[in-house]
Amino acid sequence: MLEAVLLGFLFSLFLVFSGSYLRGRLAVLSSLIPLSLFIYFSTFISEIADGKVFYENHEWVPSFGVNLSFTLDGLSLLFALMITGVGTMVFVYSSAYLKNHNYLDRFYGYLSLFMAAMLGLVLSDNLMSMFIFWELTSISSFYLIGFNNDKEDSRKSALIALGVTGIGGLMLLGGAILLGDVAGTYRISEMLSSREAIADSSHYVLILIFIFSAAFTKSAQFPFHFWLPEAMKAPTPVSTYLHSATMVKAGVYLLFRMTPVLNGAEIWHTVLIVVGGITMIYSAIHIIFRTDLKGILAYSTIAALGILVFLIGIGTQAALVAAAVFIVVHALYKASLFLITGIIDHETGTRDVTQLAGLRKVMLPVAIAGFIAALISGGVPPTLGFVGKDLIYESTLHFKDNAILLTIIALSTNVLLFYAGFIAGVKPFMGKLPKKFEKIRLPSPLMWIPPLIMTLAGLVFGLFPGLIETAVAKPIAMAQALQFEEFHLKLWHGFNPILALSATTLVLGTVLYFVLKPKHSLEVTIAKLDSIAPKTLLLNLSEGFAVFSKFWTNFFQTGYLRHYLFIVVSFLILLLGYLIFSDFSLSIDTSSLAELTIYEISILIMLLLGVLYTVFTKSRLAAVASLGVVGLSFSLLFLFYSAPDLAMTQFSVDTLTVILFVLVLYKLPKYLNLSDIRLRIKHGIISVSFGVLITILILKVLSEPKNTEVTEFYAENAYKLAHGKNIVNVILVDFRGTDTIIEISVLIVAALGVFGLLKLKLKTKDKK
Amino acid sequence: MRTLILKSASSYLLPVLLIFSVFILLRGHYLPGGGFVGGLVAAIAFVLHAFSHGLDKTRTILKLHPGFLMPLGLLVAFLSGIAPMVFSDLPFMTGLWAENPIPVIGAIGSALFFDLGVYLVVIGASLTIIFTISESA
Repeated sequence: MLEAVLLGFLFSLFLVFSGSYLRGRLAVLSSLIPLSLFIYFSTFISEIADGKVFYENHEWVPSFGVNLSFTLDGLSLLFALMITGVGTMVFVYSSAYLKNHNYLDRFYGYLSLFMAAMLGLVLSDNLMSMFIFWELTSISSFYLIGFNNDKEDSRKSALIALGVTGIGGLMLLGGAILLGDVAGTYRISEMLSSREAIADSSHYVLILIFIFSAAFTKSAQFPFHFWLPEAMKAPTPVSTYLHSATMVKAGVYLLFRMTPVLNGAEIWHTVLIVVGGITMIYSAIHIIFRTDLKGILAYSTIAALGILVFLIGIGTQAALVAAAVFIVVHALYKASLFLITGIIDHETGTRDVTQLAGLRKVMLPVAIAGFIAALISGGVPPTLGFVGKDLIYESTLHFKDNAILLTIIALSTNVLLFYAGFIAGVKPFMGKLPKKFEKIRLPSPLMWIPPLIMTLAGLVFGLFPGLIETAVAKPIAMAQALQFEEFHLKLWHGFNPILALSATTLVLGTVLYFVLKPKHSLEVTIAKLDSIAPKTLLLNLSEGFAVFSKFWTNFFQTGYLRHYLFIVVSFLILLLGYLIFSDFSLSIDTSSLAELTIYEISILIMLLLGVLYTVFTKSRLAAVASLGVVGLSFSLLFLFYSAPDLAMTQFSVDTLTVILFVLVLYKLPKYLNLSDIRLRIKHGIISVSFGVLITILILKVLSEPKNTEVTEFYAENAYKLAHGKNIVNVILVDFRGTDTIIEISVLIVAALGVFGLLKLKLKTKDKK
Repeated sequence: MRTLILKSASSYLLPVLLIFSVFILLRGHYLPGGGFVGGLVAAIAFVLHAFSHGLDKTRTILKLHPGFLMPLGLLVAFLSGIAPMVFSDLPFMTGLWAENPIPVIGAIGSALFFDLGVYLVVIGASLTIIFTISESA
């Protein structure tokens, strides 16, 4: 399975070097990649239908439990087939849709990168590798949404999508770490055994919040749904692939995958039902107010995702089967509708549904595909859509609480989805063909065959629901439910309330289609509510955060060294002062102190004179020199207190520092008063109080009982273990050698920083 | 600062100081000294030379850009760290020692090479900083 995941990555890498060959007529060949993967995964169908599960494990960071472990069970197989199947269609379609595009190879590169990431996501059994693939899907979708990178709004929506899904990724990481902590493993299949421990853990609610946020942002649930309509700025094949069939279902997949692990408590069901319910009805109503075909499809996709979350929330076996079947249904009809919209857009140059009519006369095969797609979407028998809808009603009707309310929500959403499907799949082809569209010809078969194949598949699966039952529904039900009950998918259930509900949906949907016509005025009406839409609120929030961080950065990052020092030292003073004075007790044991000698007194006087002269002299050079005196006095002090190594280092460092200063200052004017008296007093107060605090601190350290364990260890072992007699040096090069390596690396970084900063400045000066 | 005395003195001081810095580097294991101080002394030797003769002269003596010494030193230090992993299957940074001491230098071990790396990095870094600043000042 690792090879299957890597294939896409390798292909996009290959395109970096040899993409130019795939830009022309050969472009369609790249669809062989998803096709071969599709065939590869199809070979697993029969074994998985028998209840087998495939595992594969590659060690990555075993010490942290982060491994590339893959599982292929019913659920991953469904998603893998969908990703590669729809992927094949989209790859074929793109070769004609973006024909002769300058960056077609780049497009395929991003697309196969995305496909590989998505496959990795649905196959991962390890939460950490899942997180990595999850992030990869966000990143590759950023490139795909912003593919037309010369347009500003397309860049902006790519950023919005990346922002929203990126936050979700972070949440997933949080959830994964907490889950791994509670369960003691990152492997999802092993988490199943600690189900109770997870549900009883005090982190349970937090885990849910994290996992839900990840799933809701990715799957565009209310109130994070707004990035999806924005993402429609992407080329249509991208919208087809990412924003209807695969990526947005990653959140649904996560919830599906986590159902057996996390659905122990009532809150799991409540949150999912409420959020899913709000999302489906909210975005279904939005459909009415749209005239852009892609906008309509975007909102109907959000509604469909809402239905999926809602069904997972209901969580009975019937509901999970309904969700699984609906995933297939939705992928088939929504991908087809998007592709058809792409064809219309490509040929007519508009997606405005009020202008499109009568196109069946010029592109009949497309019209047929659109019609069947609308039938599937509306759940008209004998398509698979009908089977799917029956299952939804069955699960809402048999839910333990509020069955009526849930059924009504599901019913109204389905009616509106029926309407959306017919507006997008049927309306552009009906009626009289406007004059301006008469010259349009049928596009290349590469464009209209993919939607036709997918819609026909929806028809075939509807006529023979047994296919879906063995290949998809049963393995998933077995993988998800703790107790498996036998069931059969059927087109005809006999006369019962479910059939009545389905019929009602069809009737109401048809009525709505004929009564309600998409109008621009409706779009204008809804635009008035934009100021309170979640999108505006969240975007304002992020803008506010940007303003705040700008202020915050500007406040601290002034670029003046003295300002930084001021802030750092004042902060230290506050911290130290609080620490020292909150528990102030100081007793100095003078009896143990050594006698003050003449050496120390004279050094002290030198030090003081040096400091005073540095502060009060008006010449820079003199200040530097007297600072050197301070440093040298210190190295003398070190020498007297038997630290010759320190003294030597201090001596050389001081020499170099003085030289450095002199080098810089030599070129500057000699006498200048840079700071006024008030600033000096302020800095004086800060310095003096810092000095006093440090002195108190040292005195406090002295009054603590001395711990000589470390010193003794080194004194004893320096020669024994490291063959050295100079303890300081042995510590530096041997006992704590790794520290030294890092320190010299820091030194190099500092030198490179100085080099880069000054050389860069020299060059710009040269340019002038 | 081109005084004659300093100029002629520093021509002799440069080799003497460099030998002194190597001496400090080598004695570090038993007595005060070591790679860090040794490197600083060597750097001071070059800076002194640059002071009296001008930067360009020093550069011609150095042949290499001092920045080159930084990765070299880091490499030496790092190699001495992984040597025990490669040769004796011991953890990173374990000290390896030759059985017989060599005259003048004394006991040879991986720690000496590590210190040599530190020495080179310190020379490279301080000379890079000082040369860059004195060029732009």
